[in-house]
Amino acid sequence: MKINSRTTTVIVIGIALLVLPLVGSDFFIDFVMTRTLMLGLAASSVVFLSAYGGMNSLAQWLVFGVAGFTVGNIVAESGRGMKLGWEPWVAVPIALVVATLLALVLGALSARSSGIYFLMLTLVYAVIGFYFFGQVTTFSGFGGMTGIDAPEFFQGEPKRIYYAAALLSAVVYVAFRGIARTPFGMALQGVRDDPVRMASLGFNVQMHRTLAFALAGFVAGLAGILNIWWNGQIDPTSIAIGPTLDLFIIAVIGGIMHLEGAWLGAFVFVSASIYTRDIPGIGRIGGVLEDRIFAEERFNTIIGLILLTIMLVSPDGLAGLASRFRSGKSSAADGAAAETAAPSPSTTDSSQQQQTIPGGQL
Amino acid sequence: MLHLTPAQIAVARKVPVYIAGILVALAAVWVLFLADRSWTAETSAGSAIAEPGEFVVTFLDGLTFAGLLFVVASGFTLIFGLMRTVNMAHGAFFLLAAYIAIDVQQRMVGKDRNIAPEDVSMLQWILPLLVGATVVAVLGVAMQQAFLRWNQGQDLRQALITIAVTIILADQMLFQYGGLAMKMTWPGDVVHFYDVAGERYASSRLFMLGLSLVVAVLLWLWLNRTRMGIVIRAGVDDQEMVRALGINVAVVFGITFFVGAFLAGMGGVMGGSFSGVALGTDGQWLLNSLIVVIIGGLGSVKGAVAGSLLYGMVTAFSPAYLPSDYTFYSIIFTFVILAVVLAVRPNGLFGRAE
Repeated sequence: MKINSRTTTVIVIGIALLVLPLVGSDFFIDFVMTRTLMLGLAASSVVFLSAYGGMNSLAQWLVFGVAGFTVGNIVAESGRGMKLGWEPWVAVPIALVVATLLALVLGALSARSSGIYFLMLTLVYAVIGFYFFGQVTTFSGFGGMTGIDAPEFFQGEPKRIYYAAALLSAVVYVAFRGIARTPFGMALQGVRDDPVRMASLGFNVQMHRTLAFALAGFVAGLAGILNIWWNGQIDPTSIAIGPTLDLFIIAVIGGIMHLEGAWLGAFVFVSASIYTRDIPGIGRIGGVLEDRIFAEERFNTIIGLILLTIMLVSPDGLAGLASRFRSGKSSAADGAAAETAAPSPSTTDSSQQQQTIPGGQL
Repeated sequence: MLHLTPAQIAVARKVPVYIAGILVALAAVWVLFLADRSWTAETSAGSAIAEPGEFVVTFLDGLTFAGLLFVVASGFTLIFGLMRTVNMAHGAFFLLAAYIAIDVQQRMVGKDRNIAPEDVSMLQWILPLLVGATVVAVLGVAMQQAFLRWNQGQDLRQALITIAVTIILADQMLFQYGGLAMKMTWPGDVVHFYDVAGERYASSRLFMLGLSLVVAVLLWLWLNRTRMGIVIRAGVDDQEMVRALGINVAVVFGITFFVGAFLAGMGGVMGGSFSGVALGTDGQWLLNSLIVVIIGGLGSVKGAVAGSLLYGMVTAFSPAYLPSDYTFYSIIFTFVILAVVLAVRPNGLFGRAE
């Protein structure tokens, strides 16, 4: 692999994540960074589908939640749901299989749609999933489930969960980028750019889309299991339309065409959710007519404003801004060399991504 | 990978159609003859042969709900049909109009809560409806002019912008109106009970159906019998050509967005009178609109009629005719109709391939 500024940045961040627990406060590690890594992991499946498959999926949070509900039903010993009370590790393969199979079915069902239609369809799946777990008391009911134990290895050990999230994030990041270079990944990107041409070349377009969706479902399931270990509880409200949109927003804020944008967006989102409430006067944004009990935080308004600004200013998100900045800088530095030689890897990389800005090709 | 000859593919394509047909036939046999007999499972409504009254009431429930669905979803599909804009704020417009109308009605009646239908005259229902719907219509046009107009054609970007607007609106509505459920009161003139095949039936639901029919007829006349409607339909087919003919498409876009958002608001006020509104109603009605247009086909008003009828009937019949112990599974039927329709027609019943 050629060393370019993008790779260097990613490696530096990786090392920083490794040593972070030695310097950061427990609160920062547990509530900011672990959540960032988990949400980033889930968001990376959104980015993978969008960047390499051209599928804008809102169903990833549903798969994430279904993995959590599966673990909950298997592990919890009392309360709602099936309360099987099995060993937490046993729940892991089952939850992953359930999540992947669900993704496979949903993917097969929606593989013939694309673009904005796909977005709406997956939103419908997500909301139906919410009502399903709300109404079907066999699996949860609106009250949700509590007391879902993590394996003993992780109990009371927030740093271990942090490292697990970091490790999985690293593996998934490398794996997604690796998959993009395999024949399957190449064909998937071909399907993204021109499904008709790929079909006439003999590729099974729907099969590629379905498999990519199942793969992304597997990753979302991983994140869902981590989340349930970290959280210990889950209820249908946590997979309602709001959080569903939040995951997509994380991917969009970070940059839906850049894999590392998933974690970047998650960091911005989590930081905003934790630190904005400390800013004085933040609860008074808008809503000047009456004072209500909910007034202490207007977090959703802030996230909405961030998203609106990102969409108006830079539709390829923060990572898109960064790569534009990088390529701008490098072309200024070695402009003369670039004219004669082939374009540097970072510029080809970003120029390809520029063409596939969300919405551009849909 | 599977390799099939064209003939085999043609047969394989038919399979979902046959499966769908068998499923529909089985459901019909169950509802018409088998449900709730002494020798079958107990259901909350009896089969059409044994209990015609309960069957008719369930049917009317489906039909009236379909009317409300049509009013909301037609606005969504109108906007999409012309502009290719997926307005994710449609549910938020629905809820906002309902809140505003409830507010206006309370001021007009002069009571804060527990407004009885007898206290409400027709004017005290129609005027709040017009106010609420007009406010969101203006808001919709403002959103379109400020944020959507200049990135026309980038549909994902537009969808995300409307999602941002939804999130902000939902949060601000929570701020203003709190999280408690609120209800708009029907005017006393429409609150009676009719006798339908031995069952009592609320006339307010029939009033709602009547309003929906009026909306449908007006929409049809507008789109098919006026110059403006002709321009809109031409715009759906070939926007560039309409532009080249010297028609100011931007104005047409603005008017369409006004009407689309107005319909969301009108549906919101009707829905607020019908079942009340609360936190989360916006998401629920965004879902309802999406399901209707996905079933019916995006951008087609005819499809909105078909989608509303199908979805309305399924939501009415599935809880009534599922065995009593399993009524909470009725949500799955929403998914089933969606899956069946998509398997047979990926672009919806009346949708066109992109």
